[in-house]
Amino acid sequence: MAFLTDRKRAVGMGSAREGTNRHWSMTVTSMALLVLTPLFVLTFGAALGGTQAEVAAHFARPYPALVTGLTLLVAAVHFKNGVRMMIEDYVHGFAREFWIIAMTCLSYALAATGVFAILKMAL
Amino acid sequence: MAEDMRSKRPLSPHLTIYRPQMTSMSSILVRISGNALLVGFAMVVWWLLAAASSADYFAVADGFVQSWFGQFIILGSVWALWYHLLGGLRHLIWDQGKMLEIEQAEKLGWAAIVGSVVLTALTYVIV
Repeated sequence: MAFLTDRKRAVGMGSAREGTNRHWSMTVTSMALLVLTPLFVLTFGAALGGTQAEVAAHFARPYPALVTGLTLLVAAVHFKNGVRMMIEDYVHGFAREFWIIAMTCLSYALAATGVFAILKMAL
Repeated sequence: MAEDMRSKRPLSPHLTIYRPQMTSMSSILVRISGNALLVGFAMVVWWLLAAASSADYFAVADGFVQSWFGQFIILGSVWALWYHLLGGLRHLIWDQGKMLEIEQAEKLGWAAIVGSVVLTALTYVIV
């Protein structure tokens, strides 16, 4: 530890300890969501208000299933990183680790549940 | 050495001493809208799972979504979705090193606020 200079520890890491990886991930997912969000709103809005049979038939078609599934997946990754950024700003110590883990698990759980539902209706 | 300094070094003045600015408020709203979308996200996933399960379960989830509270969540989520999208677009523009002058940044902030209301209204007209 004594031989590791402060500069060496800081180079390329930034306050997030992992350089610009997460910023880049946010850039990629936000560009994807820029396209997916309007498509999702239109196709999801078309299904909303229908009976269960109508909704299941809607998501059995390739386009609504793919757009909805992709949006849920990409949005979950984007949310996971965004909520982590917020936690790291306001929460400290053990609570920070707890909430990062909890929200990461929740993000993936929601994405998996949504994609499972889409697959069940589509296949 | 850096570890020792961390607890002692003074914090520069931030949130508590600044008058609210258009740029900071519109930025904070991006964070709030993005994180609040968890509620709408969870409701959408629940509704999809119910639709994939059975007509009985769908009636429960759809009943919630169609209730005034569910509709309120949808309205809020649609607005949050558009505001967060436009606010995020602002960050993508800034990342390119463009529109960083104060007047330009404030214009983008107003564009996001007005744009999100317009897009929300448009969503309700079209969908």
